[in-house]
Amino acid sequence: MLPTSIPLDYYLILSACLFVIGVVGVITRRNAIIIFMSIELMLNAVNLSMVAFSAFSGDIAGQMFVFFIMAVAAAEAAVGLAIVLALFRNKQTIYVDEINIMKW
Amino acid sequence: MHIDFFGSLPLLVIWLALGAIGIAIQAFVRNNTRLVFGYYSGTLVITALLALITSAHKGTTFGGMISIGGFANYFDVLFCGAGLLAMFAARPYLQRENSELDEFYTMLVSAVSGMMLMAHANNLLVLFVGIELMSISFYIMAGFLRTNIRSIEAALKYFLLGAFATGFLVYGMSLIYGATGSLQYDVIASVIGENRSQFPTLLAIGAVFLAVALSFKIAAFPFHQWAPDVYEGSPTVVTAFMSTAGKAAAFSAFIAVFAVLMPASSLMTPQLQLMLAAVAAITMLVGNVTAVAQTNVKRMLAYSSIAHAGYLLMGIVANGEAGYSAITFYVTSYTFMQLGAFVVVGILERGNEENLQIDDYAGLAKREPVLAFIMAVFMFSLAGIPPFAGFFGKYLLFVAAIESGYTWLTIVAVVSSVVSAYFYLGLVVKMYFTEPHKEHSHVSPGLAGITLFVTVAVSIVLGLFTSQLLSIFGTWW
Repeated sequence: MLPTSIPLDYYLILSACLFVIGVVGVITRRNAIIIFMSIELMLNAVNLSMVAFSAFSGDIAGQMFVFFIMAVAAAEAAVGLAIVLALFRNKQTIYVDEINIMKW
Repeated sequence: MHIDFFGSLPLLVIWLALGAIGIAIQAFVRNNTRLVFGYYSGTLVITALLALITSAHKGTTFGGMISIGGFANYFDVLFCGAGLLAMFAARPYLQRENSELDEFYTMLVSAVSGMMLMAHANNLLVLFVGIELMSISFYIMAGFLRTNIRSIEAALKYFLLGAFATGFLVYGMSLIYGATGSLQYDVIASVIGENRSQFPTLLAIGAVFLAVALSFKIAAFPFHQWAPDVYEGSPTVVTAFMSTAGKAAAFSAFIAVFAVLMPASSLMTPQLQLMLAAVAAITMLVGNVTAVAQTNVKRMLAYSSIAHAGYLLMGIVANGEAGYSAITFYVTSYTFMQLGAFVVVGILERGNEENLQIDDYAGLAKREPVLAFIMAVFMFSLAGIPPFAGFFGKYLLFVAAIESGYTWLTIVAVVSSVVSAYFYLGLVVKMYFTEPHKEHSHVSPGLAGITLFVTVAVSIVLGLFTSQLLSIFGTWW
């Protein structure tokens, strides 16, 4: 089933915009959890483009890939939040500019 | 779907051992560190043997998503070997730091299985899963000393930047998928080779994003800034493992992906080649020049590992069998010499950042003659001095680069090798020709002695019998 009303370009532009917002978030924000949320936004931008490509080419592999991205993002979230928690226990901060024992 | 069970044996065995039996042992047996250690060492040995046995059986399995036999099996053996050596070094190290938990060995074997998946991938999805399996295990291992702020800091930096790179990785994959209509390496290669992609611009952007993400994994310029901090802060045995086997795995994926993206007939090839050549040249210069200024041995070795990624990239630039077999040889020798050097650092190190400065190595030859000799072998080999393995690996890479017309890149590489000799040999001079300036207690390597013996032996044997070993390597391709 092809989505006929919205052309592929629109999906790609939206996905590229979301990806750039995510990248800007990672670069500009200093709170580890917000950086992590921006990374999730990047991954979801990729999911959108994967599904769009998959739907327009009629190939199922792209949609399958999306499930793997979601599973991996969940695994990363589990590990990442555990690391942030361990950091907070040691240092009472989650701001990455305050973590500078080693030269950043 | 066709599954070739015989050829998939190494992968099936390590997954079954890890995902089913290993978890059950940890769930139902108490006080089991020794058991888990033995169990996973056995797993790695058996997996390596199976990879050797099935190496001549080339083909694809799991519906063409995984390629088996040949160079992927060679890398399997390398990863399992490095994993085993890291485990032997890790046990005494973690016991000394009072944090030997059996999960460490699980994570290590899980990282090895991810690396094997990267080498075996014949599909972008499989490559993605392999990279993530390896990386997530590494994030946990980097922060394994969870009350040590340096270890946590290393884990957080590695995690945030690694996850950021993952975003670029999957975005690149999605653009390549959109431009070529497939995730299979062979289909992508034929679409690129015949220049019949629907969206050539998307394909080029996708290729660059993929190169960015893989450059992050191998710590190439300008995506190398995480490496010194992560390698310095992580427990030394973890650094030893992830700066060697992790880099070897990334290069096995790099070879497979760029063999696909740079077919000789494609219009995109010269630009990609030039981009990688520039990255390689800057990476080795930055790594070696910054290493000269370091006072911390661990950080110096971290910068040296960045420089080695630059040398290895020359083989990708050469874009042909000569380049790829040179990478295979050099990454093997690099894995053993760098792993050994970090293990020596780990043996001498004492908790709370003691004995990590280059000045602490003064007069080591008088206190610990054997360790000093071993360290000197690694330093000579890393500097590329004959007859050690590092020299012949560099030689092969330089020849491959010259033959593909990149003479300027080779000149840069030679110059940066000369720079690197300064700090490698500086450490040797410190160990042999200066007096110790403070009292040190005697160190006993324990199980790590096995690691040191094997890594020194391989660094020497690879150098002495290069041509014989290369002809054996030829049969793997």
